Order: sequence, then C-alpha cells, then structure tokens
Amino acid sequence: MPAPIRLRELIRTIRTARTQAEEREMIQKECAAIRSSFREEDNTYRCRNVAKLLYMHMLGYPAHFGQLECLKLIASQKFTDKRIGYLGAMLLLDERQDVHLLMTNCIKNDLNHSTQYVQGLALCTLGCMGSSEMCRDLAGEVEKLLKTSNSYLRKKAALCAVHVIRKVPELMEMFLPATKNLLSEKNHGVLHTSVVLLTEMCERSPDMLAHFRKLVPQLVRILKNLIMSGYSPEHDVSGISDPFLQVRILRLLRILGKGDDDSSEAMNDILAQVATNTETSKNVGNAILYETVLTIMDIKSESGLRVLAINILGRFLLNNDKNIRYVALTSLLKTVQTDHNAVQRHRSTIVDCLKDLDVSIKRRAMELSFALVNGNNIRGMMKELLYFLDSCDPEFKADCASGVFLAAEKYAPSKRWHIDTIMRVLTTAGSYVRDDSVPNLIQLITNSVEMHAYTVQRLYKALLDDISQQPLVQVASWCIGEYGDLLISGQCEEEEPIQVTEDEVLDVLEGLLVSNLSSPVTRGYSLTAIMKLSTRFSSVNRIKKVVSIYGSSIDVELQQRAVEYNALFKKYDHMRPALLERMPIMEKTASNGPTEIVQTNGEAEPSVVEPKHPPPVGQPASQGNDLLDLLGGNDVPVIPTTMPTKPASAGGELLDLLGDLSLGLSLMAFYLFDLFKTVNFLSIGIPPMTAYNKNGLKIDFTFERANPNPNVAVITIHASNSTEADMTDFVFQAAVPKTFQLQLLSPSSNVVPALNQGTVTQVIRVLNQQKQPLRMRIKLTYIHKGSAVQDLAEVNNFPSQSWQ
Amino acid sequence: MRFLLLFSRQGKLRLQKWFTPITEREKKKIIRDMTTLVLARQPRSCNFLQWKDLKIIYKRYASLYFCLAVENQENELLALEVIHRYVELLDKYFGNVCELDIIFNFEKAYFILDEFLMGGEIQETSKQMVNRCIEASDMLQEVRCTGTNAHMDLNHTRSIVISHVVFICLFAGVGILKRLGFWCFTKQ
Repeated sequence: MPAPIRLRELIRTIRTARTQAEEREMIQKECAAIRSSFREEDNTYRCRNVAKLLYMHMLGYPAHFGQLECLKLIASQKFTDKRIGYLGAMLLLDERQDVHLLMTNCIKNDLNHSTQYVQGLALCTLGCMGSSEMCRDLAGEVEKLLKTSNSYLRKKAALCAVHVIRKVPELMEMFLPATKNLLSEKNHGVLHTSVVLLTEMCERSPDMLAHFRKLVPQLVRILKNLIMSGYSPEHDVSGISDPFLQVRILRLLRILGKGDDDSSEAMNDILAQVATNTETSKNVGNAILYETVLTIMDIKSESGLRVLAINILGRFLLNNDKNIRYVALTSLLKTVQTDHNAVQRHRSTIVDCLKDLDVSIKRRAMELSFALVNGNNIRGMMKELLYFLDSCDPEFKADCASGVFLAAEKYAPSKRWHIDTIMRVLTTAGSYVRDDSVPNLIQLITNSVEMHAYTVQRLYKALLDDISQQPLVQVASWCIGEYGDLLISGQCEEEEPIQVTEDEVLDVLEGLLVSNLSSPVTRGYSLTAIMKLSTRFSSVNRIKKVVSIYGSSIDVELQQRAVEYNALFKKYDHMRPALLERMPIMEKTASNGPTEIVQTNGEAEPSVVEPKHPPPVGQPASQGNDLLDLLGGNDVPVIPTTMPTKPASAGGELLDLLGDLSLGLSLMAFYLFDLFKTVNFLSIGIPPMTAYNKNGLKIDFTFERANPNPNVAVITIHASNSTEADMTDFVFQAAVPKTFQLQLLSPSSNVVPALNQGTVTQVIRVLNQQKQPLRMRIKLTYIHKGSAVQDLAEVNNFPSQSWQ
Repeated sequence: MRFLLLFSRQGKLRLQKWFTPITEREKKKIIRDMTTLVLARQPRSCNFLQWKDLKIIYKRYASLYFCLAVENQENELLALEVIHRYVELLDKYFGNVCELDIIFNFEKAYFILDEFLMGGEIQETSKQMVNRCIEASDMLQEVRCTGTNAHMDLNHTRSIVISHVVFICLFAGVGILKRLGFWCFTKQ
C-alpha cells in the first residue's frame, strides 16, 4: 500500500480543480483512500490522514468518520499526533456526540503529563469544548493546575476554570481557594486570565461579588503600575502598556463598583487618571478610553467624573475614525436615559451624524436622535428627522416613520403642526409606515376637531397627486368620508380653501375603487367613505348606483359591505342618517382602544353606543379588601358592582342589523338581558327577612331564585331610613365564605331618603353550589347629618329555604 | 467571544473557531450569513455590525477577511486590537504572512490561535511569549530520540529534555494499540 499523499500535495491538487464537481471527485477519492487506511489501523500515517480530513472538513465536506481516529491520535505518545488529534477533536467533536466522553481519560492523563505543552494541549481542548460531564470529572485536575507555579499552565488552567464554571456553575466554589493569590502574580498572562476568572465568578454570584470587593485596591494598584510604568517591550502596543489587561481590569472594576459607594470611591482617582492620560491618537488608546467611560457611567461616580466621561464621548463623536464615532453613538444611547442633559449638549453633532454615509452610524444616530427629542427641541429635530426620512435607505424608513409619529404625539407644539408632520411622513414614506399607524392617525384627526376642515383639504390635495401610498390613501378616504361636507363648503380657516364639487370628490373616491394600485383594504375604506357621503352630499343617486355595482364584486369584503349598504338604502333608510353620523371623539384608552373602534368603522357603526364602561360607582376594590380581612382569612373575592350601560337609542332592531358586534356592544346586550332577568321576580315563597336594623337604617332582604340555575339565590336588599336626615353616599358591601360566590349589581341610588320616603334597592346574587348554610358579612358606609358612619354586621338569620 | 472566521474575498472559508457548542447545520448557516453580510459592506464603512444579539467586528487584511463575533457587553475597539494581534502573530511566525500560508499551513494557524485565545478569552497578552511557545512546541515535534538540541529559553523550571527522552524511549517500542485499547474503554 503506497504511502498516503502528504497534506500539502492534497491541498495543491484540490486547488487545481476548476469546477465544484471536479473538486468533489478528488475529495471523494481521497476520502476513500483515507477510510481504507484507517481500517488498516496504520499508525504511521494516521496523523497525516486526519490532517487531510480536517482540511476537507473546512471545505465543507463531511468528516465524521475521522472522529475515532482523533481519539486514537490523542492517545498516542507522539507530540505531533497529539497536536493534530486535539485539533481534530476541537473541530470534529462536540458535546453532542457520545464519542467525546472517551476523551476524558486521555485528557486526564495528559493533564498530568510531564511535558507542559502536552498539558497545555489538554487544558486548551478541555477549555474550548469540554462538556459538562467532562468538566465535572476533570475539575479537580484543573483546580490543581491552577495552584501550580508554572505560569504557562496557570494561565491556561484559569481560562479552563472559566469554562468549567460556565458549564457547571455549581463548581464555582471549588476554585475559590485557588484565587487567593492570583493577583499577586507578575506574569501578565496569568494576571489577565485571573482577572477573567474573577470577572466570571463575580458575574455569576452576588456572594462572590461581595467577597471580591476587597480586591479593588489591589486592582487599582496594578492598573496604576501599568499606566505609570515606562516602556515595556513585551507588552507594548503603540506606546500603551498591555491594553488588553488594562481593559479587563477596568471591566472588573466596573462590576465591583456597581452599586457600591466605597468601591466606587476607591476607583475615582484611577479612572480620572486613565481618562486624562491615555493617548488617543491610536485605536488602542481609544479602546481603553471607551472602557473607562463605560465603567464611569456604571459605577456610582461623582458628577465631575461623569461629565468628563460624556465629554470624552463628545470628542469621540468628532473623531475622523468611523469606528470611534459608532462606538460613541452606541454609548451615548446607553447613557441618554440617566444623563439626559449632558447628552443634549452634543445634540447638533449627533444630528450631523444622520448625514453620515455609513449605514451603521446612521442607524445609531437615528436611534439617539429620537431619544433626545423633547418639548424644547421638537421643531428643529423634526425638521432634521423628516429630511433624513426623505433621503434615507428603505431599511430605515419604517423605524424612522414610527419614531416620528411617537415623538410628534408626545411633544407636538400644536395640532396643526402635528397634522402637518403626519402628512409629511405619509407623503414621503407612505408605503413604509406600520399598519397600526392608520388607526392611530385617524383617532388623532378625529380628536382635533378644529382642524377637520384643514386636514381633509390637505388630504384631498395629496390624493389628487398620488394614490399609490396605501396608508395615505386610507386615511384620506376615511377623512373625506367623514368630513366631505366641510370640503365642499370650503370652510377651511388655516389655508386657502379650495373649490371642489361633490362630483369631483366622488370621482376621486371611485377612482380609488377601480385603481390597480389600491389594496383590498383601501377599497373597503373608499367604499365606506362613499357611503358616508350619502348623508352629507346631495347626489345620493350616484352613490346608490356605485354601491349597488359592488354588490356583485368578486372581493368578498367589498361585496358584503355593498350588500349591507344597499340594504341600508332600501329597508332601513330611516336609520341611515343616525348610523352615518359623525364619529364622536375617541378617547385613547388602552393601546387596544382606538384600534378596536376603527376596525368597526367599516361597518358603519352607530355613533351612539361606545364599547366603554364608565367607572363603577361606589365600591372600589380597596374597601372590599377590608371586608375580606374580617372573614378571618377566608379569601373571598368581593366583586365590585358591575355597571349596566345605557341602552342603545336605536333599540333592538339595531342589534339585529349589525350582526357581528364589537365586544362592547355584546357586553351591553348581555347586561340588558341580565337586568331583565333579575327584575323578573319569580317569588317562590321564601319569606323576606330583616338583615340589619340599627340607628334608623333598616335593611331587608327579599329572595327569589334565578330560574336557570337553582343554586343561585337572588337577594334584593331594600334599605330604608327612618331618621329625619337623608343618608347620602350610601355604600353597601357584602362578603360570603369561600364556598359561595357572590355578585353585587349596582344599587338603585346612593341616597336613602329620610323618614322612609323611599328605599335603595340592590341585587345580590349568591351561588351556593355546595348547599351550605348561607351566612354573610355586610359593611355599610354612609354620611348622616354631616358625619361619616361605618358599620359592620353579620347576617346569620337566613331562612333555610334560601340555601336548600 | 463567540466565534472567529477567516474567509477570502470569494467567500471561501480559511479558518473557523467556535467558542460555544453549535450544530454543524448552524455553523454552516452562520458562515453563510457572515460571508454575505461582510462581503456586502462598502469599502470605507465602519468595522462593526449588529447581527442578531451579537456584535460582529470584521477587518480586511489583504485578501482575507477576519470576522469576530462578540457579545453585547464586550468592547468592540478592543476586539479590533485582538484581530490585529492575531495577524501580527501569524506575520511573525510565517514571515510576511499571506493567504497562501494560511491555506497550506492551516493547522499551524490553529495552533497559534490556541496559544493566543482560549474559550473565547485572551490567554496571553505578550506577543513574544506566544511565539516562544509555538516555536517550542514545533521543536517538540522535531525532536526524535536524542534530547541534545532541546534548549528552549522559557522561563519555567520543568525540564523538557529529560521528560521527552524518557517518554520517547519508553514508548517507542511498545504496541500503541494495546495501550489504546486500555485507554479507550475505561471512561471514568
């Protein structure tokens, strides 16, 4: 069997291949040769073969059959074999293969090898790809090596320990004793890796962090020596002594000083020294300064130091080097929350960075600009940002548009400015705005009542120019639908009113319906707008015609709308004006609020009913909690009263017509029904009882059972007042044991009139699944003759029929 | 640090070092993403990118791109220095290193990297130390039965020579397979 070709030969041969297919052929041939060589258990050439395999693996070809061979190489005694074997293990094996555990014993032996380079190889491999099982087995060996006096091994053992801790955090304690005198080393390699080890431990465990705080003076001393010492050829980089170690120490100081006054105090001087003395002409110096700034911002430094840090960042911003500008912008973004005013000073430089050619810098500058916008600088900043929006790459437009909307909403100096800004965004970046901006904008426009005419006019003019940007078109058609009458009447105050006829407006809207540029959603908007105009314009016939055409549209959404609107014209024409009335002002409740409302816009929702509930009258939850304490720990939910909403003015027919209601409407319907249910007294012969009678206030309970559920007892309380003065702000609360469930509906009134002239009634519903004897605690609060009265009572005398 | 990649202007991978365990498929995907992202960058743009939750620092040296991925709290400017230090080490070792050196001696490039970085952290900050260690290890490969030319100026006390001679003589004749069998099947 001829000797397998050398690695170099193979590489040279493969590189001569002109096509991918040729290369693959060569590789396959060589793989076959290697495989047969492996089968023959050839020791002499195993190393060479595995090396070739690694090369082919780098080119992207599978090499898993070499895994066991790597293990054999590791076990070999030749250093060359071991070197390639460990390299192969690091490249081909990982913790997912079971094979890797076979390495454990080899590594263990090699960790105790007499040659330090073999030990080094073993430590390196363990520290790069050791799995948690391997780490657990070998942690003891690593710990031993951490205490050796050989600095070559010590530094490797330290990083290996870092890896072990990352894989098996529980073993961290084990390395604690060995760290005692790590920092007294002179060797920079050991120092550096020790600092890394300490950093890792402090990041993972607050106890370790507290324990290592005492090292701060020592670290400060080491750092000082590095800065003050003269030229050291071994560690010098462009005139700075061992920048890697300096940065690492600064990072550890940051972690140790965070949140701790004493440590931060101890570091102030050295940080100031580093910040002022470091050479900034080369990247190295700036790297150290950058780390220093990060440390200053994180610890509890004095204000002078913080200002120094921000000024350094400001200087970075003016640096010619792009990397440094990028880094400055990133750091300023992190500090803008805490040191807002200081960062504001550099605002103009930041805004200039928006015009930079570099993509990364532009993005950071944009984010930072948005963070810096406030009430004072909004006009200027917005000008710059809008200019940026005009000229930036598409990848930025969506984020920038959202940012502009948010900023405008928070800080708009006037409604007109706000609307102008929005118009500007829609016209320049219209197709990139996010979907949820359309409802938000509509809500904003609705709320600025005095600007309606101006808005609709501007939107109309924008539509005449360009109908391709969907969000713009949608907002515009909605507005024209709502405020078309203002458009026709030429009422605009803010600018020169334009002369538009009804037909022109309808032409535009119909144009949207037929245009290829319009999306289905947009078509829906324009159809609805046309429909709404039927109550605002006089050319109703034309509108009727348009609507009926779309009754047979292929688009299901459009068809449904058209059919419903047709029905509105034919059968429910009397309701049309009410339905298509102006939208009321929508309050922005939760983030979902406006969206919900607007989604139902397309369904010509009645303007009267709103899916909002006014806050419940009377019992706030906190008072309920007091009652809970009384029942000795039985946690019973005291449900605050639910509010029946005002019934819809249009009555039941409306509910039928608008089949798919929004949540609010259906809730309202439920409450109406519920109210009817409870009002229907089906007396089943349970005698009424007096629950409370004191100080002139008498509370009677009357019972009925809710028909569908025999376990639910419906109790109506009647509160009457026999004294001469009214009892106002009357609040009744009740709590029941855990086995029951209670629901309190709202009272008829808050005032119990004097001298038994009237009663306050309130309905309680109690669910008694387990048929337990009913008992209740009640709490009464009211104001009588100017003083507040509060009373608690227990009601135990329920008639047995009420709970059986 | 998460990973270090070296690739040519045509996107051919020359070196890959992964500091966290990742599946082969993931690795291939990351390599593809990195090469596309970095090669698409304009010539005079800044050397930093944001990719998923990592910061990518890349630098071009002649025909090779060095691409290093670090976590968000690490110092990018220092990462540039790390890349530069590695290039200097390669340069010192190969003498005016070029891409071909790394292609034909990729295993040496790995050895040098393993003396400089370990587990995603820097292990030695002195150029001279790293070079000395590499040279000594190379010598170890060369030395056969005699231990005479074993002078290596390192500041440690262990005697390489004696131990080297001892283990070469002891194990040269013994069947390695037998020992291998013993080692492979005793795990703990």
